[in-house]
Amino acid sequence: MSLPVLLFASYADAFGARTVQVPVTAPCAVLDIVAALRVMPGGDRLPAEPLVAVNRTWVEASALVVVGDEIAIIPPVAGG
Amino acid sequence: METGVLRAAIVHAPIDVSALVARASHERVGAVSVFIGTVRDLNDGREVSGMEYEAYEGMAERELHAIATEADVRFPGVRLVIEHRVGHLTLGDASVVIVAAHMHRAPALDAARYVIEALKVRVPIWKREHYVDGDRQWIDPTATPVGGR
Repeated sequence: MSLPVLLFASYADAFGARTVQVPVTAPCAVLDIVAALRVMPGGDRLPAEPLVAVNRTWVEASALVVVGDEIAIIPPVAGG
Repeated sequence: METGVLRAAIVHAPIDVSALVARASHERVGAVSVFIGTVRDLNDGREVSGMEYEAYEGMAERELHAIATEADVRFPGVRLVIEHRVGHLTLGDASVVIVAAHMHRAPALDAARYVIEALKVRVPIWKREHYVDGDRQWIDPTATPVGGR
């Protein structure tokens, strides 16, 4: 089983994709998704605790995700 | 007079500053403050030729609106109009415009300041600098610059 995860900017460059399928079984915690991502090709460029949003809202690493959630790993923001 | 968040949007086209000022202005308003963020030509000593902005659009607009709503709570009576542009910008282009109008100057100035400071830490937008030498690089405000600051 896998979950689609959205990537942006430098993280999209690191993985060479704007969406990746991450091999985890939902429901699971955000930190499980991050751990799975970090061992994928390009994942070494991801920090241990990146910013994460679920359904377009900031969440903690301990937050749970279920199938159908919109999961996004967010690089350091630099607007303005 | 309508107050609060009149507009908080991510846009792709050049920002029309005077149109935003006109939108926030009102005959019962005595102060209109405008913050304009622009693309500058030098960063950390490197010559910049342009800037590319990317946003997680659905979330960025929602977060921008949430920040503006907080400013409305802190500064009751404020009229806020905000646009952040994404895409490829050239030197001098406005990347973000925040217009805060109020009966009095202090809340007008403070509301604009509140929005830009929160925007910089909470809204999922990224920028990649393009340099005159052809190189380009995503900006990470959390990174420690070489040699310290």
